[in-house]
Amino acid sequence: MKSVAVLKKPKMITGVNSFECSFDAKSINESFARLLVSAFVSQLDPTVADMTDLKTAVSEAVTNCIVHAYRDREKYKNARVYLSGVYFPDGTVSITVKDKGCGIDDIKQAMEPLYTTSPSDERSGMGFTVIAGLSDKLKVSSDVGKGTTVTIEKKVFGG
Amino acid sequence: MYVNYETEGKTLTVHLYGELDHHYASLLRVEVDARIKREKPKELLLELTNMVFMDSSGLGFIMGRLRKMQKNEGTMMLVNPNRAVERMINMAGIDKFIKIIRKESVTK
Ligand SMILES: Nc1ncnc2c1ncn2[C@@H]1O[C@H](COP(=O)(O)OP(=O)(O)O)[C@@H](O)[C@H]1O
Ligand SMILES: [Mg+2]
Repeated sequence: MKSVAVLKKPKMITGVNSFECSFDAKSINESFARLLVSAFVSQLDPTVADMTDLKTAVSEAVTNCIVHAYRDREKYKNARVYLSGVYFPDGTVSITVKDKGCGIDDIKQAMEPLYTTSPSDERSGMGFTVIAGLSDKLKVSSDVGKGTTVTIEKKVFGG
Repeated sequence: MYVNYETEGKTLTVHLYGELDHHYASLLRVEVDARIKREKPKELLLELTNMVFMDSSGLGFIMGRLRKMQKNEGTMMLVNPNRAVERMINMAGIDKFIKIIRKESVTK
């Protein structure tokens, strides 16, 4: 299992509240995922800016599952995205986006700005850069042929 | 996501409403490119006053249309992007290639 943590590992304290779900890896569900995360995070009464940052980061990770992880649609009959979240007493939100798709061979390279394996599809290659820029912590772990897990952490402040 | 178009001389304005993600970017790209092909504008304005959300798929869409306009020796501008959208543009470093303008009243 290869793993690259941009910053420190997410901390292990019991959360105040958590959710877990999965949905079909269909592009129409990108907005569904954002809505779910908004509804969950709104319990913390965050600022509009923090909410937008989290929605954007989650949108990136979910889109990557749909666009990249299951790009060989023939191979993955039951392509699903696994989304879960937890928040802690200090206002730290941790969202995990997981797929059981093709995996990433070189995570470091994948995370470089402008790097994309689908330029013809008008991918900007900025997904991971955007997540890293908008969150406090980002952790990516992947197993080729098994899938990828992305964990995004951000402390939100009451609005 | 909702879109409408306005043509004035050689300027094509695309008014975008709602959330621009990968799902809508791939639909929008086909539509906007068909317009560009038909009208051959010299200037493309993306009017974003009411575009409330965009992720890096939106960046891909903007960069793609910019490349297309440059190839046709035309220009492209963004009108009234919100702060989050403008920050995405800066993050991608495409603020050097694309002009951002502010307009008080935008017709649709
Ligand atoms: N969940 C995933 N499964 C497989 N490959 C992925 C996944 N997420 C990202 N990648 C790889 O990392 C690259 C960079 O991702 P990203 O920064 O989001 O840019 P983009 O999506 O525009 O290509 C992708 O082009 C793809 O090759
Ligand atoms: Mg991406």
